[in-house]
Amino acid sequence: MSIDAATVRHIARLARLAVGENELAPIAGELSRVLDLADQLGAAQIDGVAPLAHPHEQTLAWRPDAVTEPDRADAFLALAPDARGGLYLVPKVLE
Amino acid sequence: MSLSITQLAQALRERKTSATELTRQALAAAKNRSDLNALITLDETGALAAAERADVALATNPSPLAGVPFAHKDIFCTNGLRTTCASRMLDNFVPPYNATVVDKLAGAQAVAIGKANMDEFAMGSSNENSFYGPVKNPWDVTRVPGGSSGGSAALVAAGVVPFATGTDTGGSIRQPAAFCGITGLKPTYGRVSRFGMIAFASSLDTASVLARSAEDCAQVLAVMAGHDARDATSANRAVDDYVGSLAKPLQGLRIGVAREYFGAGIDAGVGAAVQAALKQYEKLGATLVDVSLPNAALAIPAYYVIAPAEASSNLARYDGVRYGYAAEEPKSLEDMYTRTRAEGFGAEVKRRILVGTYALSAGYYDAYYLRAQRVRRLIANDFAEAFKSVDLIAGPTTPTVAFKLGEKNSDPLAMYAEDVNTVAVNLAGLPAISLPAGFSEKLPVGLQLIAPAFEEARLLNAAHQFQLASDWHTRKPEGVA
Repeated sequence: MSIDAATVRHIARLARLAVGENELAPIAGELSRVLDLADQLGAAQIDGVAPLAHPHEQTLAWRPDAVTEPDRADAFLALAPDARGGLYLVPKVLE
Repeated sequence: MSLSITQLAQALRERKTSATELTRQALAAAKNRSDLNALITLDETGALAAAERADVALATNPSPLAGVPFAHKDIFCTNGLRTTCASRMLDNFVPPYNATVVDKLAGAQAVAIGKANMDEFAMGSSNENSFYGPVKNPWDVTRVPGGSSGGSAALVAAGVVPFATGTDTGGSIRQPAAFCGITGLKPTYGRVSRFGMIAFASSLDTASVLARSAEDCAQVLAVMAGHDARDATSANRAVDDYVGSLAKPLQGLRIGVAREYFGAGIDAGVGAAVQAALKQYEKLGATLVDVSLPNAALAIPAYYVIAPAEASSNLARYDGVRYGYAAEEPKSLEDMYTRTRAEGFGAEVKRRILVGTYALSAGYYDAYYLRAQRVRRLIANDFAEAFKSVDLIAGPTTPTVAFKLGEKNSDPLAMYAEDVNTVAVNLAGLPAISLPAGFSEKLPVGLQLIAPAFEEARLLNAAHQFQLASDWHTRKPEGVA
């Protein structure tokens, strides 16, 4: 699968990664090579084979719907690049 | 530090040494081998305090690991101690809690001396993808130690510590163990808790140990393994007696020799060393059986769709809002997200995020992600079929011995090809071990043994019996005491 600069721009937007205009072509080349590798999957005989999402297909365990974690908001907020009054701060989204 | 964990425990019990003395030795050795760049953070204060506590515990009822120094891969969250995952994104991250693995080893009074270097977010097979620079192989400092648990492997091989924790998503314990001439165990998916272990690919990530022998691995796994209510994928079943199973003779053990693992691309010297090791197993009473894993060649393409897809989802959390790196002077929320991620992640991490995002995007999901998941089942079925007639499956851990620094890091596909014999095991969720099996070009060769799910005791037993009859695991790089 060969992908072009426009596709890289689209994926980078989905992944929220800033990519410079001059980086688009080299990234397109690299990703095309990785996707060529992935295209080898086309040779597999997969008719009627169900997807395997998880190694042991275990069913998730039930647990009581109870609060078990203590309130550590201050410890977590202290890690934030910007937080005030118990809230995470981000640049203004609405004018 | 050349003694085994059992010998160290005995010396500690007999008061021939103390946890504090061993810890001082390990800290000095770590500084002495700073040339390897194997540690991101050396925690002298924390280590000496833990050693003091271990010395108190040793006076009463010590665990087998009490007072034994070790290092954590810097992917395990340590309360109050910087945890970087070798990324600029987490260069300033000090977790407010411990990973379960960290709690368990601390509870056993083992003494963590610091946090080992690794490939960024565990993505790599050479340890050259670290924000803190590459780790060097103690056998030849112009060569890579393997990755992603390269710092852990180098510390053990250089005799700084007798064991280190690691994680294995596609070979990240086994390949560095092979390249550094040590023993590395990847457990069954779900056997060791992933809580507090920074996520890369959640259906593949496993945590375990790198050490100098299978016996040492058994001692450490016994402490690390077990159910954890904080990890919903943790297996709720009893932990086998790994140490107690070591002595069993191998008479009657059937070892499947997977012909696909000796295919093109396997270096002749590596193949010869592994074949010689298999002959040794015959002498120990095992029977060699030819087996086939017909879909083995599809493991690399399936893995390099599934792992990046899961990574792109897991790494979406790094947004510059809650913790970690944040871009300066953002012009908008979008600008903050995109620049934080562009500046905070390295090249290989970004490459995998983009590949994974593509494989999960509208129009390509079926052709890539869903198809890879179907192939994943074929690969798991191959193992299930083979294990109907054999107890273990053997082959070389890696196609070559440790390669030169810089040799492959400009070519992602050449680097991915390194994982040819390891990734299928992760896709199937099975346990596997790499143990030293000889040398090629004066560099260590690893033998990989694979077992059915939750048969870690069988793997450790088979590896230990081989190590009783061989001395490859006792060889050390020149200058290492």
